[in-house]
Amino acid sequence: MTATPTGAGAARTAGTIAALTLREAARRRVLLSLAALTVVLLALSAWGFSRIGSEFGGLTSGEARLAASTVLNLVMFGLSLIAALGTAFLAGPTLAGETESGIALAVLARPIRRSAVLLGKWLGLVAFGSGFVAVAGLAQLLVVLVTVGYWPPGPATGLALLAAQATVLLTLGVLLSTVVSPMASGVVAVGLFGATWVAGVVGSVGAALDNASLAQVGTVSRMLLPTDGLWRGAMNAFQDPTLLAQLGPEVGQSPFVSASPLTPVYLGWAALWVVLVLGLAGVVFQRRDL
Amino acid sequence: MATGTGTGTGTDAAPAARLLAELPPSPAVWCSGLRKRYGRRTAVDGVSLSVARGEVVGLLGPNGAGKTSVIKMLLGLVRPSAGEVLLLGRAARDPRARARVGYLPELFRYQPWLTAAEVLDLHVRLSGVAVTDADRRGSLALVGLADRAGDRVGGFSKGMQQRLGLAVALVARPELVVLDEPTSALDPLGRADVRDLLLSLKQRRVAVLLNSHLIGEVERVCDRVVVLDRGRVAASGTLAELLGRRELRLRLGGVAAAAERRLAAAGRLTRSGDAFTVELSDDAGDAGSTAVPDLVADLVGLGVRVHAVEPGRITLEERLLDILRAGNGGEQR
Repeated sequence: MTATPTGAGAARTAGTIAALTLREAARRRVLLSLAALTVVLLALSAWGFSRIGSEFGGLTSGEARLAASTVLNLVMFGLSLIAALGTAFLAGPTLAGETESGIALAVLARPIRRSAVLLGKWLGLVAFGSGFVAVAGLAQLLVVLVTVGYWPPGPATGLALLAAQATVLLTLGVLLSTVVSPMASGVVAVGLFGATWVAGVVGSVGAALDNASLAQVGTVSRMLLPTDGLWRGAMNAFQDPTLLAQLGPEVGQSPFVSASPLTPVYLGWAALWVVLVLGLAGVVFQRRDL
Repeated sequence: MATGTGTGTGTDAAPAARLLAELPPSPAVWCSGLRKRYGRRTAVDGVSLSVARGEVVGLLGPNGAGKTSVIKMLLGLVRPSAGEVLLLGRAARDPRARARVGYLPELFRYQPWLTAAEVLDLHVRLSGVAVTDADRRGSLALVGLADRAGDRVGGFSKGMQQRLGLAVALVARPELVVLDEPTSALDPLGRADVRDLLLSLKQRRVAVLLNSHLIGEVERVCDRVVVLDRGRVAASGTLAELLGRRELRLRLGGVAAAAERRLAAAGRLTRSGDAFTVELSDDAGDAGSTAVPDLVADLVGLGVRVHAVEPGRITLEERLLDILRAGNGGEQR
């Protein structure tokens, strides 16, 4: 007997494809352009943070910390945007592009299940996105530590949530790329990401104004696509805990301050969301004629 | 589906296993009633065919006849609307059926960011078959890419990519190779290489399903031919069966009614001026048959002046056109 039945064979296939996806990311320009964007962002933020320290000499150390903490969230948002864009635009070509160009034909004619190939692609993309978030995010935190001496309360939690946010978006990208063209899937994924973020801001304004229907917008959008919810959790882990006490209840209005950490229920929903969307992508991909 | 796997236990198992071992090996490809609809258009309409182990079968037919769709359904790349497929004795729904199958798609593209050697490594790993480094290099050498093993596929010409595709199809020691237009991007030299490759596969008893527009190629290497037309099997058989008709072309002078009767007795006769063509029956066309010398002797005896006698064979191309025209004539559109 050559190929093993399901379990071991599928795991080997998924592993092989995941490694292939990472190699693709490394060899194509994606990694290079991501690295360039990140270096620019880090350099700009280092310059900006060093100005906070010198220009506002009159600030007390507590005020400086607050400023740094808020600006850090702003910069981290930029970072999460880069990670989201990068992985969403990598997810499209890797599936839709390969079925369009014919690369998938020779691969899928091998004794492998399509679901294992899809899982492998996803794992590779998750590893790529999470790796990027870990490295670039840590570098950013160190920049802040060196320039203004601020270290966030939950750096690991924050980075993990940013990685989860990238994972959610690339899972959506994978699903889209099984049905539409490579470029369209990237554009739609990033568009939805932006729309959810805006809806989240609208929702928090609604919450601050005690407008229930406006607040509902944010809640619903956070359920439909959990990127914004995870981002808010990440912000909460990065910001100074005294910030909320000082700014008071109006804080919810700011898109770069988060009032509360994530609940385990929401995290569970985000995980379930990823599983459901990936499963749906698997079903669509399985039925597709190449 | 039940494919006669041994379900016996205890004392029944041994004889059942022996019985199973004595069975002739299942065909490399067997499909029955394959059908594919794309919306309202039926691309493949009830195709049944088989390829025996070690047999080379050519798939012929005009553009849009459904050849590539049939191939893709055999390999599980397209879901059939109806019908069954067995590859090497296993239901094609099971991916393991493809463990010993090599495939060169009509649309051949390989990861441009990998080197030729890395593409082969990838396919070996996915096939789950152990292939030594020497054998991998051997398959690249076989298609003339030995000195390009370390180059990125992105820089390859179309022809080189098709050669790489052949290496990919052959690398995991297949028992069945499916080649969809394997010479479409190759120069005449490359085509000759592919022909040699096909003959060597035939020698090694590897079954081949070959889709090609180059009829000469098919005629030279295939044991059997399946002709598809508008999604159906229009004809199939060995080359001898399909091309069975041999003919005799003669240029004669002084042909009287008796001589013409003698000619007509040998086979279906067509005449234009002093040129006569007689379609010979199967056995009359054989080399050992005395039908042709007998006919010439009789004609001379009847006072005919024989200028030329030329045996001929209907080419596959003529036969194919015959089949396709007959099919189109029969169904008025």
